Amino acid sequence: MLKYSIKRILGMIPLLFVISVIAFLFVHLIPGDPARLIAGTDATIEEIKNIREKYGLDEPLYQQYVDYMANLFQGDLGTSIVSARPVMDMLAERFVPTLSLTFASMFWALLFGLLIGVISAVKRNKWQDHLTMFLAVSGVSIPSFWLGLMLIQLFSVQLGWFPTGGIGGIESYILPSLTLGAGVAAIIARFTRSSLMDVLKEDYIRTGRAKGLAEFKVINRHALRNAMIPVVTMSGLQFGFLLSGSIITETIFSWPGLGRLLINSITARDYPVIQAEILLFSLEFLLINLLVDLLYGFLNPKIRYEEGS
Amino acid sequence: MAEANVHMEEQKRVTPFQQFWSSFKKQKVSFAAGAFLLLLFIVAIIGPYIAPYEPNEPDYNQLLSGPSWQHLAGTDDFGRDIFSRILHGARISLAVGLSSVLLGAVVGTVFGVISGYFGKWIDSAIMRVMDVLLAFPGMLLAIGIIAILGPGLVNVVMAVAIFSVPVFARIIRSNTLAIKSTLYVEATQSIGSSHWRTIWKHIFPGTVSTLIVYFTMRIGSAILIAAGLSFLGLGADPSTPEWGAMLSNGRSYLNNAPHVTFFPGLAIFLTVLAFNLLGDGLRDALDPKIRE
Repeated sequence: MLKYSIKRILGMIPLLFVISVIAFLFVHLIPGDPARLIAGTDATIEEIKNIREKYGLDEPLYQQYVDYMANLFQGDLGTSIVSARPVMDMLAERFVPTLSLTFASMFWALLFGLLIGVISAVKRNKWQDHLTMFLAVSGVSIPSFWLGLMLIQLFSVQLGWFPTGGIGGIESYILPSLTLGAGVAAIIARFTRSSLMDVLKEDYIRTGRAKGLAEFKVINRHALRNAMIPVVTMSGLQFGFLLSGSIITETIFSWPGLGRLLINSITARDYPVIQAEILLFSLEFLLINLLVDLLYGFLNPKIRYEEGS
Repeated sequence: MAEANVHMEEQKRVTPFQQFWSSFKKQKVSFAAGAFLLLLFIVAIIGPYIAPYEPNEPDYNQLLSGPSWQHLAGTDDFGRDIFSRILHGARISLAVGLSSVLLGAVVGTVFGVISGYFGKWIDSAIMRVMDVLLAFPGMLLAIGIIAILGPGLVNVVMAVAIFSVPVFARIIRSNTLAIKSTLYVEATQSIGSSHWRTIWKHIFPGTVSTLIVYFTMRIGSAILIAAGLSFLGLGADPSTPEWGAMLSNGRSYLNNAPHVTFFPGLAIFLTVLAFNLLGDGLRDALDPKIRE
């Protein structure tokens, strides 16, 4: 397990390097003078000159990258063109809303995903299976921006049960988290179904049934536990999907999170913020994948005991 | 004896396509989805000729009016007929979905086949680049590319194509690896067939069924992401009858005219659903493990 973990963590280093290079190069990839881009459209020649000096844009590219990384390790991600605030502060205050929304969505996704998946596997090829799997395909196909707006129209505008947007008490989480979680619930449902169906073919399930165990016990005690290993790891991977999905959901529900900040920054051409967001999102995505891999190694006895053998 | 011969000949006549067709026909839902998409393609071609109104023709006496016999899906904030705009938009959505996935599939397949066939450092080099592309969540990668290239439909196609490349490269690589180790490929190589001939005549045909399934399934997600980008204001110009842009435009009128968002969204949903259902059916019909 330790060997496996170290191998996985070391394997991340090249990817981290590439991602940092891409985030760094981002401003240089946009056609035009980076100093002018960072300074904004109304900047004077003097201001552009200052930016060029401050960011060392007249130095060779590798030197600029070294400086960029040095600043990064000191927590300096530059200053926003629009708000003139440190980008680090802006990201910090938007991190928690996005994270809490992600967790709330994962709650729905697991609840509905597992329920639907188990029903359809147990009732294989019956009408319940066909219905739930049709729901699951619909869940992956439904545009989240449409689902969100329709939920607002029904539950906020018509019924007045939940607020139309913004972050507040627990009721403000219901619609955004359902919108964001629907697609993941569908993916988890399909995965649970196929995983559980594989396990139900195993000999020990037949043994359980043969010795007269109640069907509920067979499913609950024997089948589900083994079927859950791949489902857990797959659900973990969906966190990355939720993070990028938050970009659209946060825009619909005026949620003060990282996703909405990204879209606002792109519209306002706030390049230092876009650059930092790309870095942050990719790091989070990578970190989640790593954690899921480690979790998989822990859950899977074949990998866990590899070291001892 | 003669009867047995006739029987054998009859069996021989079943081509792979006939085998696929007989198994695909049995899946009623996917079959219906395929029929719906066929209809949609026809609409995309003849839509502008059958649409009751011009898509950009304003009618200031009919602003935001609900669905009626005169305007089947109602009108938007300029009094434009939403149903006509949806018919026009079918062409845009299908064109964006098909062209982006086609581009991604061609590039991805070339990389995947080269990677799997030649192996060694070529394989490692290509696959490391694909890993980096996969390290970014799809939507973020698309948004990052748009942030560099600037908004617009052509750039959306590029962005969606770029993030489809690693998906195709990976799956085709593993297919190629499996086919490469089969006896018939070894046999062709041993009689001196060139690399390109082996790849083109023996490896590539073996990947086609996987390619068809993935291609169909990716079109659905490509249409979703392209519409999502337009919804965020990063894709189509807000005045074009693109489904995502139309939906985004309706957000301001959610209180008094929900139909402006409802119908374009329904069009996206049904189209993506049809592609996903068709993809599921094709997979079941083409995968010999499931077929038997």
